[in-house]
Amino acid sequence: MTDTNTDQSPATQTPSANPVTRFLRATEIDTRLLGMVGALLLIWLGFHLTGYYKNGFAAFLTPRNLWNLSVQTSSIGIMATGMVLVIVTRHIDLSVGSILGFAAIVMGVLQVNILPQYLGLGHPLIWIIAVVAGLLVGALVGAFHGWLIAYLTIPAFIVTLGGLLVWRGVAFLVARGETISPVDPTFSLLGGGPYGAVGATGSWIVGLLASVAILWILVSSRKRRAAHGFVQRPVWAEGVLAVLGCGAVIGSVLLVNAYTWPKGIVRQYAAANNITVPPEGLLISYGFAIPVLIMIGVGIAMTILMTRTRFGRYVFAIGGNPEAAALAGINTRWMTVKIFALMGMLAGLSAVVASARLGSATNALGTLDELYVIAAAVIGGTSLAGGVGTIYGAILGALVMQSLQTGMVLIGFDSAMQQIVVGTVLVLAVFIDNRYRSKSK
Amino acid sequence: MNKTQTPLVDIRELSISFGGIKAVDHVSLDLYPGEVVGLLGHNGAGKSTLIKMLSGAYQKDSGEIWIDGKKADIRTPRDSRDQNIETIYQTLALADNLDAASNLFLGRELTTPLGFVDDGRMEAETRKIMARLNPNFKKIKEPVSALSGGQRQSVAIARAVYFKAKILIMDEPTAALGVHETKMVADLIKELKSQGLGIFLISHDTREMMELCDRVAVMKNGKLIGIERVEDVTEDDILSMIIMGKNPKKAA
Repeated sequence: MTDTNTDQSPATQTPSANPVTRFLRATEIDTRLLGMVGALLLIWLGFHLTGYYKNGFAAFLTPRNLWNLSVQTSSIGIMATGMVLVIVTRHIDLSVGSILGFAAIVMGVLQVNILPQYLGLGHPLIWIIAVVAGLLVGALVGAFHGWLIAYLTIPAFIVTLGGLLVWRGVAFLVARGETISPVDPTFSLLGGGPYGAVGATGSWIVGLLASVAILWILVSSRKRRAAHGFVQRPVWAEGVLAVLGCGAVIGSVLLVNAYTWPKGIVRQYAAANNITVPPEGLLISYGFAIPVLIMIGVGIAMTILMTRTRFGRYVFAIGGNPEAAALAGINTRWMTVKIFALMGMLAGLSAVVASARLGSATNALGTLDELYVIAAAVIGGTSLAGGVGTIYGAILGALVMQSLQTGMVLIGFDSAMQQIVVGTVLVLAVFIDNRYRSKSK
Repeated sequence: MNKTQTPLVDIRELSISFGGIKAVDHVSLDLYPGEVVGLLGHNGAGKSTLIKMLSGAYQKDSGEIWIDGKKADIRTPRDSRDQNIETIYQTLALADNLDAASNLFLGRELTTPLGFVDDGRMEAETRKIMARLNPNFKKIKEPVSALSGGQRQSVAIARAVYFKAKILIMDEPTAALGVHETKMVADLIKELKSQGLGIFLISHDTREMMELCDRVAVMKNGKLIGIERVEDVTEDDILSMIIMGKNPKKAA
C-alpha cells in the first residue's frame, strides 16, 4: 500500500506512517474505501460548517437532513449498482433514466387506471402486481437493448442513446403526458415518508441482524482461511473490524431513530389510532426508510452476485479480456443480454422508489438520472476501461453526489452553481482515482 | 511412435474460408499420444486458423475431426474442452484484472454446495499446481497484469495440466518469453509429452521445432505442404518447404 492522502482518515489516526500501513495490511481494509468515506465526511463537515458560518444555522449534520439524504440517495444508488456491471463489461447505459420514467408510467397507469376496475380500489394485490410489472418492463427493455448490443453488434452508446429518446417518448404516449396520481397507498410506502419507514423497534431489529451478519462473515472467513492454511488476520484486527462494522450499524440506527415525526403527522396518527397525545408531545421515530432498506438489500445482493457467483466472475472476466472470456467458454453475448436486463430491472425498481416517493407517476420522472448514475459508479471507482468496479463504491458514489446536491441547496447555492460543482467534482474524482491507481500499481 | 494405435486427433480434409479466401484448404493431419507435432509456415499460412477449428474458436466449413477414434462435433470452446483439448494462445488469453486462480478456473469454477464460487479452494489448488510447475510463482492473489510473460504463460499451462488435458494446442507459447522462460516451457512440453499427451505446437523458430517435435507439418496459403519426421529432414529442407511451398523429398 502506498502512503496517499487516503490514509489520513479518522479511523487510522496513528502517530507515524508505518503503523498506518501495518494497520491497513492487518485489517485488509481497502484504502479506496477509506478514501471515499473520508471524502464523504469531509464534504458533510464542510457543508455543516459553511452553513453555520454563512447562514448562522448548521443544518447538514442533523438526523433530519441525513435521513432525507439517505432516502434521496436510494433511487440513484439502486441503479448505480447495476451500472457497475454495465461499465465493468466496457459498455454504458444512457437509457436508465428513460427506462425509469417508462416503468413508472406503466406502474402508474396499472394501479390507478386499470387494476382498480378489476380488483377494486385499495386491493392488497394492486401494489404487488404494479411492482412486478415495473420490474418486468424494465428487465424486458434492458434485455432488448442487450440483444441489440450483443447480437446485432450495435455499440451500447448508440443503442442506449436511442433508448434514452425512445422510452421517454413512449412514456409520454402511454399517458399522453398526464401526471398519474394518486398511487396505491401501500405502494407509496415504498418511497419512504413517516409511514414508509420501519420505526424505532424495526430499526433495532435491522441493526441487530446486520451486526450478527457482520460477525458471522468475520468468523466464517476466518474458518475458511484456516481450512486452507492461508494467512490469518491478527485477532486484534478482526476485533477492530467487528467494532467498526457493528459501530457503524448501531450508529446509523441511533441516527435514524433520533429523527422523529413532525407534530402534525403525530396528531394525525394519534387520531387515526385513538391514542391521546400527552401534553409534552409524543416522540415517534422514523427509523430506517423502506427505500433505504431496499437499496441496502440490493447492494448486498449485488455484492454477492459480483463476488461470490460465476455470473459475477464472468462479468469481471469479460471486462478484463472479452476474447479470453469467450475462449474460456463463456457465452459473452448472452451475458451482455443478462447484464442489461438486470440494469433495466434495477431501473424498474428505482421507478418504484421514485414514483412512490412522489406519490404519482409522470413521464418526466428520472430525467437526467442516467448522468448521476454513471457519475456515481465512476466516482465509486468503476473504471470506464472496464474490468474494475465495486458495488459499495457505486453506492458511496451515489451518496457523495446526493450529499453535494443537498448540501448546496442547504447553504443556498443556486442550480447553476450546483451544476458547476457537481461537474467539477466528477472530473476531479476520476483524476484522483487515476493517480491513486497508477501509484498503487 | 506406434502408428498402429488409434490417433488421438485425426483431422480429415478440414476447410474453412473467410470471404472467399480459403484460409485452410482440405488439410488432413493426425496426432498420436505422446507425440509433439509442429506446425510451421509463414504468417497467414493457416496454422492458427487450423488450430482454432480444433479449439472451437472457429467453426469448420467442411471436413471431419476425429478424437480418440470417435467423430467429434466441435462448435464452441466448451465443446473442445469437453474433448479434453486445452489451448494455449499466442495472445495469452487471460483476463488481466483477475488473479491467477480465477484465470486458471475461468469457465470451470469450483463451487460450494450452495453454488457460490469457492475462492478458497481454487486458491489452494492453484498454489498446489504452481508449486509443481513453477516454484518461483508467488503472486497467486494479484491480478495477472502484475505478472511477467513467463508467469502468465505458466498460468495458461497450469490450466491444461490441472484439467488433465489429453490434447494440448500451443500457439507460439514462447513468443513473448525470455530465454530462461522459454527453456521452462520447453522442459514442460517434454514432461507433458512423456506423460502421454498429444501436443500441437506452432512456432516460427525452426530450430526450436526440430528440438521439441517428433514430426513437423508445413503449411502455405492454407494448404498442407508436407508432414515429415524431424529425423528425416534438415532445417534447410523445412525452410525450403516454408518458403517455396514444395516438399523437397517428394520432388526428388
